[in-house]
Amino acid sequence: MCCGASMTQDLLDRPAPQRVGAREAQLGVIDCDIHPQAASPQDVLQFLPERWRDYAKTYSGLYRQALADTLSHPRMAPDVARADSWPPTGGLPGSDLAFMQKQHLDANNVEFGMLMPLNRGPGNQRNLEYGAALAGAVNDWQIAHWVERDKRLRASIVVTQEHPPFAIAEIEKRAGDTRFAQIMLPPKSLEPQGRRKYWPIYEAACAYKLPLALHVGGVNGYAPTASGWPSYYIEEQHTNVTGMLSLITSMVIEGVFEQFPALKVVLVEGGVAWAPSLKWRLDKHWKRLKSEAPHLRRLPSEYVHDHFWMTTQPLDEPDDGADLIEMFEMVGFDRIMFSTDYPHWDFDEPKFVIGKLRIGEEKLKRVLSGNARELYGLK
Amino acid sequence: MDMSRGATAERAGERASVFGHPAIDCDAHIVVPAINSIMPYLDAYWRQQFLNRGIDRLSWSLTSEAPNSPISGRPDWRPAQGKPGADLAMLRSAVLDGFGVQTAIATCLWGGAVLHSEDMSAVVCTAVNDWIAAEWLAHEPRLRASIVVPLGNPELAAEEIERRSGDRRFVQVTMLVAGETPLGKRHNWPIFRAAEKYGLPIGVHAGGAYHHPMMANGFGSYFLEDYVAQAFAFESAVLSLVSEGVFAKFPDLKVVFQESGVTWLPACLWRFNKTWRGVRAEIPWVKRPPKDIVRDHIRLTTQPFDEPDGARRLERFCEMLDSDEMLLFSTDYPHWHYEGTEALPLDRNSPLARKVLYENAMATYPRLNGSLT
Amino acid sequence: MSKTRHIAARVDEIPPGSRKKVAIAGRDIALFNIAGDFFALGDKCPHESGSLCAGRIIGLAEADEPGKYRLSRDGEFVKCSWHGWEFDIRTGQSWCDPANTRVRAYEASIEPGAALIKGPYVAETYAVRVEENYVVIDL
Repeated sequence: MCCGASMTQDLLDRPAPQRVGAREAQLGVIDCDIHPQAASPQDVLQFLPERWRDYAKTYSGLYRQALADTLSHPRMAPDVARADSWPPTGGLPGSDLAFMQKQHLDANNVEFGMLMPLNRGPGNQRNLEYGAALAGAVNDWQIAHWVERDKRLRASIVVTQEHPPFAIAEIEKRAGDTRFAQIMLPPKSLEPQGRRKYWPIYEAACAYKLPLALHVGGVNGYAPTASGWPSYYIEEQHTNVTGMLSLITSMVIEGVFEQFPALKVVLVEGGVAWAPSLKWRLDKHWKRLKSEAPHLRRLPSEYVHDHFWMTTQPLDEPDDGADLIEMFEMVGFDRIMFSTDYPHWDFDEPKFVIGKLRIGEEKLKRVLSGNARELYGLK
Repeated sequence: MDMSRGATAERAGERASVFGHPAIDCDAHIVVPAINSIMPYLDAYWRQQFLNRGIDRLSWSLTSEAPNSPISGRPDWRPAQGKPGADLAMLRSAVLDGFGVQTAIATCLWGGAVLHSEDMSAVVCTAVNDWIAAEWLAHEPRLRASIVVPLGNPELAAEEIERRSGDRRFVQVTMLVAGETPLGKRHNWPIFRAAEKYGLPIGVHAGGAYHHPMMANGFGSYFLEDYVAQAFAFESAVLSLVSEGVFAKFPDLKVVFQESGVTWLPACLWRFNKTWRGVRAEIPWVKRPPKDIVRDHIRLTTQPFDEPDGARRLERFCEMLDSDEMLLFSTDYPHWHYEGTEALPLDRNSPLARKVLYENAMATYPRLNGSLT
Repeated sequence: MSKTRHIAARVDEIPPGSRKKVAIAGRDIALFNIAGDFFALGDKCPHESGSLCAGRIIGLAEADEPGKYRLSRDGEFVKCSWHGWEFDIRTGQSWCDPANTRVRAYEASIEPGAALIKGPYVAETYAVRVEENYVVIDL
């Protein structure tokens, strides 16, 4: 037992990246979280029908928050980006494919990259028809500007989840196109993800064998904590974690996976280490309150393991690296997929993650690329 | 580890519990049976208001506590009549005698603390504290209590703390994890200032006003979701208390999380430390890694313990927290999380057992030491 | 081992308040000019190896209590271009964890070309001219 003051802390002199062997450093990765950015708004808006181009020009968009041109809490870096990710040609980080290739896709040996377009997504537009039109435009733009120009990239079908018929129409339009790998939804939606309102979207996802990707964020008008709006970005940033905890809880307990046993969900940018505790808590309370949710026929933790994939970034950093591996082991290395979040400030480089995950080559390859290759059927 | 602290050893003033060590129960519930019970403690104006408006017929129990759910009362801890937790004799037999605890700290969760009318809330909280003193504390010397305060008006809450400060049988102040504003906001500082002044830890209990959904994506369908989501609210509370600088401003303040669960905390603090390294200039009064601050100021009660039954990994979690001082034993009476006296998620022969059962509580609650006057 | 003098940059290439990344003996080094004094740090954050040279130059944000903000030593810290870890340019020390985290700091000095030209020195990219001043790193 080594508790109390004798414990050392903050062993932060981190030589880990240097310890990565040459062969490991060469391993290819599938990056499950890359943010493409429009060089100019016109790049995306050109794909809108004229009526909605005019709307966008006149009204810009309507969200459930007061600040018109930004998120609720100011970030700690311009455009939330790595300071070295601004393209030398000008424009925003993530807007220049050639620079992205040089700085990230080539440099980090990215075999495939999953696009996660954000830009205050169409799913959070209050004008649902505009949201649906914008979703279509973002999807066209991903193909024309990104996937067609670099075959390593895959698009995510952006939809307007608050009106499932529109979302389903968009899914049906893209489903046969293998350049799209998944359906993208914001965790901050108007209702918890497990509520029946969204089930038709899940039905379509199963019908077309498309995973759901839930990348942190969204604008739904609710306070991000149960006690209201926090003061600081450092608090708001942490609601990325509680947001993931919430959506898992909702989807599992509301019975989504009893209804849709084939549904697969990827959680993007939430990290991983919180998952074991959530599973235990779900099981613990379910044992006493089973009668309230009789549609659940297995332990909640079993649904979590079978239906959720988690991405590594931002990599959890305990003082003792062994704690991280112990926690990952409890989650299961078959459910953890590598991601960088390029070009955002909290980017994780492959070498860093490889240095932290001393888990043997087989498991490591699963995390870096194998799990994603299998889940998305990438060849 | 001092092995003379073996399971049967007792020292002056200590009494062994069923676990072999002396024990303090840091979360036992007492319940206001009905508003009627506190009517004698209201003044003429409020008594008449309550009668004329039919308020005397309500319970003001919080919906974060499903009134009849299996969790709300263990079968053998349900009195023949009335609500679980409302009966002093049952508290005696189940907790004080049943576990052989030396002291039980009672927490009274109740809707009066979150009424929209700030005056009504303050008045009924005062009445409940009077009722606790007269009908519980006066009859049971092993019992201590938490001060109930009007959470919607911290100034009035501080006045209530002031009013109780001379009665050392009140050993902490109760707040709810899911309140109107994040716990650490400056708005709440009058409460922290008074609590620090009088040596009263803040007991932050699961539950809330439902002024915001328990989950960031709205209201779910089931109590079960809300129960699970309490831990998410505690996670946000950790971020709020540290980031707002509550412990920089009130360095002697201790906060005790009750019914928070425990196993989520290491991963929460890894992330918090990591983010702090990058963005700490936003909150420059946070001068140390958040994990170190939490270790010095925040304590957690053990029930309901959130890991598989019998997994017995509590020691491992204490290692991950770099502390054997953060966990406080609780029965969570009368809630149903375990059978018999299986309330300690730890081997009684573990070197941690005496710390968790007894020493950590003694170090957290200054008023448990010394005389009552 | 005796050290070798490396000519890293011409002084006029790095005006006060700016920085420049140079490669010396296979190492990436970030050169900073704070009000005429030059400092050299390894251009690799000990966290994930992000470039310090690409990071923002900042001051030290402090507060004795919540809400009482103050900025001092403006221009003497650099924030890693990735995760924002702050380092004292003068020492390479991490602000958050001074005991355990630091970047390699090298000795940098200014030498007139007239003195340098006598040698010995290593100049990988410069033809040394007597009328210029140079930033010299010993390593």
